Amino acid sequence: MIMQIIYRYDGSFPGFLCCVAQCFFDKSLPAGIEPLDEPQATLFPLREVETDPALAARLERSITGRISRQAWGMVQQGFLTCMEEKEMRLLRFILLGYKVGPQVVRLSTNRDVHAMDKALLYLKNEAHYHVEFLRFTDYGEFLGAVITPNNTVLPLIAPHFCERFNTENFMIYEKTHQMGFLHQRGGRREFFQADSIQFPELLQEEKGFRALWRAYYETAAVEGRVNPKLRRGHMPMRYWPNMTEFQKD
Amino acid sequence: MNLMEKLEILTDAAKYDVACTSSGVNRPGMPGKLGNAVKAGICHSFAADGRCISLLKVLMSNDCAFDCSYCVNRVSQDVKRASFTPEELCRLTIEFYRRNYIEGLFLSSAVVKNPDYTCELMLQTLRMLREKENFWGYVHVKAIPGADPVLTEKLGFYADRMSVNIELPSQKSLKLLAPQKSKEKILAPMGQIRDGIKENATDIVRYKAAPRFVPAGQSTQMIIGATPESDWQILNLTEGLYKKYSLKRVFFSAYMPVVEHRNLPAKTTPPPLLREHRLYQADWLLRFYGFEAREILDDDHPDFDPALDPKCNWAVHHMECFPIEVNRAPYEMLLRVPGIGVKSAMRIRSARRCAQLDFDGLKKLGVVLKRARYFITCKGKSISPLPMDNPAVIAGAIRERGFSQTPIGAPEQLSLFDPTPRDKVQCLTGQI
Repeated sequence: MIMQIIYRYDGSFPGFLCCVAQCFFDKSLPAGIEPLDEPQATLFPLREVETDPALAARLERSITGRISRQAWGMVQQGFLTCMEEKEMRLLRFILLGYKVGPQVVRLSTNRDVHAMDKALLYLKNEAHYHVEFLRFTDYGEFLGAVITPNNTVLPLIAPHFCERFNTENFMIYEKTHQMGFLHQRGGRREFFQADSIQFPELLQEEKGFRALWRAYYETAAVEGRVNPKLRRGHMPMRYWPNMTEFQKD
Repeated sequence: MNLMEKLEILTDAAKYDVACTSSGVNRPGMPGKLGNAVKAGICHSFAADGRCISLLKVLMSNDCAFDCSYCVNRVSQDVKRASFTPEELCRLTIEFYRRNYIEGLFLSSAVVKNPDYTCELMLQTLRMLREKENFWGYVHVKAIPGADPVLTEKLGFYADRMSVNIELPSQKSLKLLAPQKSKEKILAPMGQIRDGIKENATDIVRYKAAPRFVPAGQSTQMIIGATPESDWQILNLTEGLYKKYSLKRVFFSAYMPVVEHRNLPAKTTPPPLLREHRLYQADWLLRFYGFEAREILDDDHPDFDPALDPKCNWAVHHMECFPIEVNRAPYEMLLRVPGIGVKSAMRIRSARRCAQLDFDGLKKLGVVLKRARYFITCKGKSISPLPMDNPAVIAGAIRERGFSQTPIGAPEQLSLFDPTPRDKVQCLTGQI
């Protein structure tokens, strides 16, 4: 029997894992799982699930051991997506995994696995868009960038930029999820939470290079072949506001 | 002349070069060096024409000594001339790269004074970029035909990819439009680079620290539509280049009428963009789908069908191979189904190991059935809405929309008998 109860957790990944464990303790599926900061929109009874790191670690061992490492990776990344009702989907995915074993990742015609696949693809694609279209601004001391993705892509793109710009100090701020990443020359790196960030004024030299880039961008197109639809297909307009090419100083 | 003007002139002069890929080499970052390279390549922007901007694509100089009639920079043309100094170019590259605008540098040049001098200039730039500025990103450099082989080799050790433009698809056209270039002169550096890569491959096995020579391979490009070659000739040449010179890519560029010349199409001719598109489709079939040039075109069909892409065209002419059963067909045959690409084929291959696939399942895998439905069955069932016995019907159904079909003639009076040629003549004169 499905007990009509809603789990509420602190919004963190270990917190979610504790909800999964709770579901096992209760021996029944909840009607929904929501983060604590979500406004209450239901009359079902609520239960606050406490986050216990030890329990979360136990679940990680269990999933990697009894399902597979790949499935664990999918759960981890699935948590970063903006999938509808992602917690319930992930929960059902994990339950299915316990039932059928490692092959769960390949059951792409199953309803939940299919939804996961789609969401993960979106996450991966959006992360790649940000590897491509993220633009840094040189503030003298450091390079700064602001992005507004739908999925939480920062953990996925940070390693790329750390490797590429190991000689630079840089910061990437993900406005949608109020989350940032800081990298310092020499290797110090960390994620941080911030409600908003105030960047310094643009330097004169920086303005010069921005103008040069815009001039290059304008000139590089061949007039006889202008094709706005193709451009939008490759570079969705959603990302344009954060790109130097389309900004005015 | 300030940097802004120079950048505008030299970008404008380089933009007709199509190749702007940053792919083919994986080079992990190194502490203390700026940048890395990713095997699949990264596009950083898309220009208004929808083409990717991956590299800073500029000419070193547009002050050319040659007089190729299809080119905007030929010596007899009245255009503004400019040249970058190596310092300026390095600065631009580094500053653009740090801001994640570009993936690296694409350096080409007009022939300044003579090929050797031009090569020296480019070499100086690359040396400065790699050794002084510690740039570890992608570099694509054009080999200059006619330059000393020693210089070309040196360039190859600094660059990731090199290319020599074959320019026109036959020697005859080359003689007509680019009298200072010849097939031998163009193919010589291409052969040299190929041999260099081969030799380097054995060196790397022997010595771990051996410098890498053109690790991302070489590419070339040719202009389509300036000369009368058929698609079949071009495709054959392409296949030959892949096989003989182990090229990574062959690029096609639809001819943009930028100059007036008696040997060239009139300035009002629109660029043959559809033809270019079909050639790229065929190029993909050669490289990723296991097709051969003679399967796509032959002497009897020397040109592409404008309304049907090459893969569909092959399929409707080989209906004896279809329909195939998705759950059992070999991967190579899945690839040949119109509408199923490499990704879909791989997804099918991996999903059918765990479960029998039906059409609903295929949809969930992301396989588009619009064209594929005529060529496949799932668990023995077909969902083709049309009878399968006439290939012409299938061809009509999978035809691309938006292109004008065969022109419709003037309406005529229906008759029980086909009009004879004499009837038509009589109609024209009005006498019966």
